[in-house]
Amino acid sequence: MQNATNGRTGRNGRAKVLAVLRTPVGGCSVALLALVIALALFAPALWGDQASAVDVDAIQQGPTAAHLLGTDSLGRDVLARVLVATRLSIELAVTATLIGVAAGTVLGSAPSVLPRWAGRIVTSAVNIAVAFPGLLLALFFAMIFGIGAEGAVLAIGLAMAPAFARLTQTLSAAVAGQDFVAAARVAGAGRVRLLVRHVLPNIGEPLVVNATISAGMALLAFAGLSFLGIGVQAPAYDWGRLLGEGLNQIYVNPTAALAPGVAVMVAGLAFNLFGETVAGVVGARASRPSQLKDSATAAAAAPAAGGGGDRPVLLVDDLRIAFPGPAGRPVTPVRGVSFTVGAGESVGVVGESGSGKSLTALGVSRLIEAPGTVTAARLEFLGTPLLRAPEPEVRGLLGTSLALVFQDPMASFNPTQRIGRQLAEVSEQHQGLSRGRALDRAVERLREVRVPAAERRARQYPHEFSGGMRQRAMIAMGLMGEPRLVIADEPTTALDVTVQRQVLRLLAQVRESGDGSGSAPAALLLISHDITVVAQSCRRVLVMYAGRIVEDLPTADLHTAARHPYTRALLAAVPALDTDRDAPLAVIPGRPPEPGEVTAGCAFASRCSLADERCRADEPDPVNVGAEHRVACWHPQDSTPRSRTSSVDTTTAGGGA
Amino acid sequence: MSELVFEQVSVRYGTRRSGLTAVDGVSLTVPSGHVVGLVGESGSGKSTLARSAVGLAPVTAGRVLLDGTDVRHLAGRRPLQMVFQDPYSSLDPRMRIGASISEAMPRGGGTKGARARRAEVARLLELVNLDPDRAGMLPAQLSGGQRQRVALARALAGQPKVVIADEITSALDVSVQGAVLNLVRDVRRQLGLSMLFISHNLAVVRYLSDIIAVMYLGRIVEAGPAEQVLSDPRHPYTRELLSAAPSWHTPLFEETGDPGAADPEPSDPHHPPAGCRYHPRCALGPFARADRDLCRTTDPAQDAGRRPHRAACHFAGEPAEPNGARA
Amino acid sequence: MVAVVAGPATPGVPAGVLGSPWLSFAVRRLGRFVVSLWVVVTAAFVMIHLMPGDPVRSALGMTAPVETVNARRQALGLDDGLLTQYWHYLRSLCGGDFGSSVLSNLPVSQQIGDRLPATAQLALAAFVVAMVVAVPVGAVMAVLTRGGRRRGGELAFTSASVLLAAIPEFLLSVGLVYVFSVHLGWFPVAGRGGLISYVLPVLALAVGPAAVLARIVRVEMLAVLGNDFIRTARAKRLPARQVYARHALPNALTATLTMAGLVLTGLVAGTVLVENVFAWPGLGSTIVQSIQQKDYPVVQGIVLVYGIGVLTVNLLVDVLLAVLDPRSTIREA
Repeated sequence: MQNATNGRTGRNGRAKVLAVLRTPVGGCSVALLALVIALALFAPALWGDQASAVDVDAIQQGPTAAHLLGTDSLGRDVLARVLVATRLSIELAVTATLIGVAAGTVLGSAPSVLPRWAGRIVTSAVNIAVAFPGLLLALFFAMIFGIGAEGAVLAIGLAMAPAFARLTQTLSAAVAGQDFVAAARVAGAGRVRLLVRHVLPNIGEPLVVNATISAGMALLAFAGLSFLGIGVQAPAYDWGRLLGEGLNQIYVNPTAALAPGVAVMVAGLAFNLFGETVAGVVGARASRPSQLKDSATAAAAAPAAGGGGDRPVLLVDDLRIAFPGPAGRPVTPVRGVSFTVGAGESVGVVGESGSGKSLTALGVSRLIEAPGTVTAARLEFLGTPLLRAPEPEVRGLLGTSLALVFQDPMASFNPTQRIGRQLAEVSEQHQGLSRGRALDRAVERLREVRVPAAERRARQYPHEFSGGMRQRAMIAMGLMGEPRLVIADEPTTALDVTVQRQVLRLLAQVRESGDGSGSAPAALLLISHDITVVAQSCRRVLVMYAGRIVEDLPTADLHTAARHPYTRALLAAVPALDTDRDAPLAVIPGRPPEPGEVTAGCAFASRCSLADERCRADEPDPVNVGAEHRVACWHPQDSTPRSRTSSVDTTTAGGGA
Repeated sequence: MSELVFEQVSVRYGTRRSGLTAVDGVSLTVPSGHVVGLVGESGSGKSTLARSAVGLAPVTAGRVLLDGTDVRHLAGRRPLQMVFQDPYSSLDPRMRIGASISEAMPRGGGTKGARARRAEVARLLELVNLDPDRAGMLPAQLSGGQRQRVALARALAGQPKVVIADEITSALDVSVQGAVLNLVRDVRRQLGLSMLFISHNLAVVRYLSDIIAVMYLGRIVEAGPAEQVLSDPRHPYTRELLSAAPSWHTPLFEETGDPGAADPEPSDPHHPPAGCRYHPRCALGPFARADRDLCRTTDPAQDAGRRPHRAACHFAGEPAEPNGARA
Repeated sequence: MVAVVAGPATPGVPAGVLGSPWLSFAVRRLGRFVVSLWVVVTAAFVMIHLMPGDPVRSALGMTAPVETVNARRQALGLDDGLLTQYWHYLRSLCGGDFGSSVLSNLPVSQQIGDRLPATAQLALAAFVVAMVVAVPVGAVMAVLTRGGRRRGGELAFTSASVLLAAIPEFLLSVGLVYVFSVHLGWFPVAGRGGLISYVLPVLALAVGPAAVLARIVRVEMLAVLGNDFIRTARAKRLPARQVYARHALPNALTATLTMAGLVLTGLVAGTVLVENVFAWPGLGSTIVQSIQQKDYPVVQGIVLVYGIGVLTVNLLVDVLLAVLDPRSTIREA
């Protein structure tokens, strides 16, 4: 994911311009902008004489054939005047913008080069000024500089400066906080070099975009000032002045007021929309959608239920999750995953980033939202098919029987609600408890997961909890119902090792004793990038790579009987406290594929030392190689115990693909 | 010869009354040609200590010496370089990687002129196992592991005597981590660099380090030769770290441990506990043995120097309760 | 093992400088208000002295006799030293004395007192209208277009809001007057009278800010919807409406509040233009008139009133934020 976002910033300028032009709004705004600029350049030469020709016989006429938009109080042609006024209006707006942008950028970047005390003064001055609307500042400056075009240009320019300074400050603060600026400092770059070489280039794009939008705003502001009689003075005229004059005769000839108004609007919009589209392309979020449904292909035989014996808690057969990708092609990060979780069983899912393990968890718990699509031959929770059932039907079942624990316990709680409230909500919704009873239950559950002083803690907000305590509260939230399955997605990744152990122990206890009230034990689906964490806590492990399960085996067999080269490589690559310090670490050359770039054949083939033509052409399906052991590999390694590094390359990877 | 010495270094942020002492009087020596591994949990101050050496965190007391010279007085050349944690933010997205590397080269010296610089960039890229043709690429075109190599090359471009590596593999996938660790090991041996290697992962630190120092709440609580610290930890916190590290051989529960007991919460670094900072969590302290008031009142850091591994514990080396955590 | 001592002091909550974090927040925020106020007052004072030429002469015109100008200069204290003038200015301000008009000699405070209610009513009414429209529209649009759904709807909403936000108040006023007063004759063209005379000015003021706010509410709401805790709420299997209303909207509104403050101050500025179109007897039409007549004490007084208004709105926003967001006092520290 991170790669993708960063890749976008690297796209070259021309592609961006094209992207702007291709959007309907972008194309329109560019055409409008071109028209406005052309008028500004040529209108005075073409219609200048006509615009100033006084015709006393045709004073204040409505639209006629000779004067399409009528005439003003001296009989001058309104249309010609509006067209000719383009130049002055644009000129003044652009000049004011340049003044504002220049002053703003200097003010905004000054604090990073000035001594600290001086920088502080500049910053607080900008902070005070930025609270005032531009028009008020413009009026203030107009009083100082006096009435007239020059005064108004200065007034509007200076009025724009604080907002621009603030923008520069915010943007450069964000850039300056990044490690590459710290790295340049360590490398010996001075303050000015940091600003010019590292900070300004990285904020240039948004600054230019905002300057364009500001030009549109300056145009409107100028029209406003001229309209009020503070800006351009007769005999010169810009759109604002024409508008003001036209308003006086709005009953006689409304077009005299409306025409300059429309002109201001169109020109302002041209700048505004252009800036907005560029901003949209530069900071593009998601790419275009396409609602391609992934049709479920013929299902591979569902694996036999492991563990529990009777009906599995969770049955997943050929699960696929797809998202609309760039260029209309869907990206399928999960490609046909099948597994079961028996009652009370603990199953671990291991994989690197992008392997689809977290999406699998979200998919089976019905938390993938459109435009993502989830398909499966079968997806059953406690015997209830989940995929086709409408939300309200399974809401109660999932709400009480399925508990979820997520990676980032801070982000996973609503920051503005008390912990107790957030827990109680579950019981209010699904068990029909009153507010007070639900809160009592929440406190009881917090006590259950050994949160000290549970009653006091229930009244606190998430930020008042430490990371480990938050994760406990998250588990407690899952225990509000009577969970039969706990899905924990990287529950300890954000925690320190000592806290990690506490949380893993807690999860294990929940699995053994259910919610503590003697009901059925809960199964555990633990997702982690750390194979040792999974090995410690789970009886069975599913190894995922590039959206598929490549091996499924009992944890006890990991070191002795793992048969997939990737599983073996993964085991060897993790340094342990007894790794030989004198030998190089085993490595897997290359890097895992991004979800979008999966090609034909086995996804691991490009990194596998055993890969041959068949591996590159056909993707292997998981096959049973033992009672509880599936492997998806054309060349499964034999299961005799081996030394831990034997089956993988021990050379350092020479900068993989 | 290049030795990095932290002498009673403190780093304090914020105002006098509501501040945070992230590093509190830490003394640590990175001997010439050695790797010192620094471990500790988040908020222990290990990264802050590293940043104080390169001027990214304010040293409010004590000093950092490189070969006897205070690093704040080192002008021009940068003999101390740092590699950062996040490979996605540590390279300027608008700068070609060749330019990023060459920016870090000392002005003058052997790399005068564009041509010499280009050659040096190529040499450095090869040193970190990257194709020199990649010098013209933008960071966005590289994977996380490759970026981390570039970051290392940039650090080496400054011809440093000491390199500080701050969690350089924690943002990488396990399958890529190994390659970066191997590279760091090879390059260090090849160039005879001294190194301060910071990680929260004991196994990673152990693999690279000659000396291991353990930090807790802004203090170093134990430091000594790597194998000794790991095989015979003197400080109860080191023991806790060791037993908590996920490992094949350790079951989640000690057979004798009492699973019903609540785990204590980590202490607030804004208000570190009095006496021994570890006492609220310690298996040897008043938390476990009511008679040990000493831990609440007296800071064991005072005479740490006299104990093996400079352990900051009044009862260093004492095994935990007979049936407690394994040593 | 022994029973656990209750956890140590909750992390993250500093025991504020003065014991209570609220008190220290109040002290800090009031301090900032006072400093800003001082800056505004000083700016209003300095304004006169930055003007080129003699302000009294330019106000009274070239034809005014020298004696009159000098007498007025003296009455206004313009012949004293700068510091003395500043001192007098501050002292009379504290007593509620804003000086008197160069032209009419009437006290400025009286003029402001007459005009302020008309402007305040206009701005507040427009603000309420904008909020009432923008919050539901923005929130609903966010829910409908989240995660890249309904691209068409998103495009329509974005275009419409950009378009509406780009129409300046005075143009909109003119357009509204043309359509509803001149053409249809439903509303009066100008002036302040009964309730009906408020419709067009309030509408002219509110449309732009409503469009801006609706966009912001949508963006903030989308950001909140992308948060992990929304996933948690969905994992609790709450009905969708409850997820949005109870978990998403309150967080989005907290984030929108700062912008709402800016919109309100922007509305105050907007009144200047709208009042001029509708000949509304408020501060806006007065300040423009006074700028044109160079009646600087009046301008000075009105600038001060606007300034205090803006600072007060900011103060209110910050206090509201502190009350609504349980983390804000910590963030301040």
